Amino acid sequence: MESQQPVLFLFGASHQTVPLAVREKLALDATRASTLATRLSQTPGITEFALLNTCNRVELYGVASGPAPLEQLATAVAETTGCSPAELEGVLQLRQNHDAISHLFAVASGLDSQIVGETEILGQVKGAYDTALARKWTGPVLNRVFQKTFQAAKHVRTHTRIGEGQISIASVAVDLAGKIYGDLHPVNVLVVGAGDIGLKTAQAFQSRGAKSITVASRTLSKAEETAATAGGWAASLAELPEILATADVVASSTSAPGFVLTEAMIATAMDRRPARPLFLIDLALPRDIDPAASEVPNVFVYNLDDLAKIAEGNLAQREAEVARCHAILAERTVALWQQVARSLGNAD
Amino acid sequence: MSSLPTDRALLWLGALLYLAGFLTGLVALLRRTPDSRRRTWLNALLIAGWSVQMAGLYVRGLAAGGCPLGNTFEIVQFVAWSAMVLYFFVGTAFRVSLLGLFTAGYAATLALASLLIPAWDASRSERIFGSNPWIELHAALAVFSYGVFGLLALTSIMQLLQNWSLKHKRLNGLFWFLPSVVQLDQINTRMLGLGVLILTFSLGVGASWWIRDTASVDQGKLLVTVGMWLAYLIVLLLRWLAKLVSVRFAWVCLIMFIVALLSLGPVNSSRHHTVTLTPSDR
Repeated sequence: MESQQPVLFLFGASHQTVPLAVREKLALDATRASTLATRLSQTPGITEFALLNTCNRVELYGVASGPAPLEQLATAVAETTGCSPAELEGVLQLRQNHDAISHLFAVASGLDSQIVGETEILGQVKGAYDTALARKWTGPVLNRVFQKTFQAAKHVRTHTRIGEGQISIASVAVDLAGKIYGDLHPVNVLVVGAGDIGLKTAQAFQSRGAKSITVASRTLSKAEETAATAGGWAASLAELPEILATADVVASSTSAPGFVLTEAMIATAMDRRPARPLFLIDLALPRDIDPAASEVPNVFVYNLDDLAKIAEGNLAQREAEVARCHAILAERTVALWQQVARSLGNAD
Repeated sequence: MSSLPTDRALLWLGALLYLAGFLTGLVALLRRTPDSRRRTWLNALLIAGWSVQMAGLYVRGLAAGGCPLGNTFEIVQFVAWSAMVLYFFVGTAFRVSLLGLFTAGYAATLALASLLIPAWDASRSERIFGSNPWIELHAALAVFSYGVFGLLALTSIMQLLQNWSLKHKRLNGLFWFLPSVVQLDQINTRMLGLGVLILTFSLGVGASWWIRDTASVDQGKLLVTVGMWLAYLIVLLLRWLAKLVSVRFAWVCLIMFIVALLSLGPVNSSRHHTVTLTPSDR
């Protein structure tokens, strides 16, 4: 005879198990998410639930009165997303009790994310819980599970190196600028070239409060276009020597065949501001900045390879921490499951 | 040797607490202990070490009947004590990452070296300031300025390390925790200004008494002291005019302090006159 004890469950799919094409079909916009939630709230035997819906995962966390109501979950998802049951065969995973807690801990801590250790997911889990709480979809079990999840995620983040170090080129560049200038608010950023990577770098500096962004390009109209997107000023390449004397960070990403910034240009600029460091970021291939410029005092030159190496190092460091994080979370999972099991009347 | 064994015992304890602070901080850093916990332990040990060291110097002062600056041992202890005082102010004001660790290592080195070299404490000049508190103030401020220059040398080392790590793209480990280049440069400039100001005031006080009794100060001491002051003043001016910046500025500050430390010997050995000023001198 099948056990009728309540179960804590996780039901759904994520980037770990499902390819992008399928995730696109499973993706829930606001309407679909609302439809699914309404459906679940009307499903007999589902006593609590929360819906975590991000670009990389659609996951339902909940409490069911027994195994029987769980059989309706696949149908609910299939009907909401418009997928056929055949399409969802083997796609949606069900985890129960201890395993469900373990998975939620890993998700909230960023261990299950595509970019290991990223923090955005914790905000998304909090958002999912807040919504469920506000709409009274949760109850005592899920409330406890989510609160403990947030504590566990915070503990892992503060006691391991899982979130340390940037892993995108633009963020690594911003971090390096922090090592040179500390506060980035008084920093003037010059972007040479109107390409996408230069724009992303400019935006990364802008998000950290850089004082000004100037975009210099061979074609002024392109510079104006990029400057408008980045919220900065446009300039022509002819003005480069003048702007260089006042710039603190220069990110260059032109398609020029030779050096756009020569050692002589940089040395001349530094003569006018010897006490203020100059951080040169060469994002171009072939390189825009003469590497010999790094010999000029107070000038720091980094190219794409340098930044990529730092990003790779940071990612490797994060991945090396994953096992340690899992070990920390495993202890907490056991402790929480013992509490939850008592609440559910589960003797496991 | 000291007539009061308890002062040396206290100074030993102070030095060992500085060393414990340095080692604790270093281990915590290598283990990546969170900043706040690392700082709390380090600062607790440094405050304890500083208090015990001050107690030791106080006992010495009671025996000497004035500021304990009667031999190289006492001067070096006072320099370490001054650096720690400054760290408590500078570290708190600027929240300079790793400065506590560097200061702990520096103070422990100075304090332990002074305790382990018996010759530095083999004899001491008695009542070197006579009964004149102004001369005592002059000497205390001069040695305190050395404490400032000592801390400046530490932040200069930090700047050299940070510059090297950024130039050579070696940003792992301890390097990542160093303060920014700009922050270190600002601290160095302010520290240099403060040191020069204190030394200038100290020399001003000394000079006002010296002109009343020029024979009271040895020529060698005068030349070395004024020479050091002038050199630091020139460095400050060059930095202010942006003629001496970045790595060169840091190197000069570091070398200057080594020279200043080496000059302590000649200054101390030439200071055997007891300045006794009569009421008519005042």
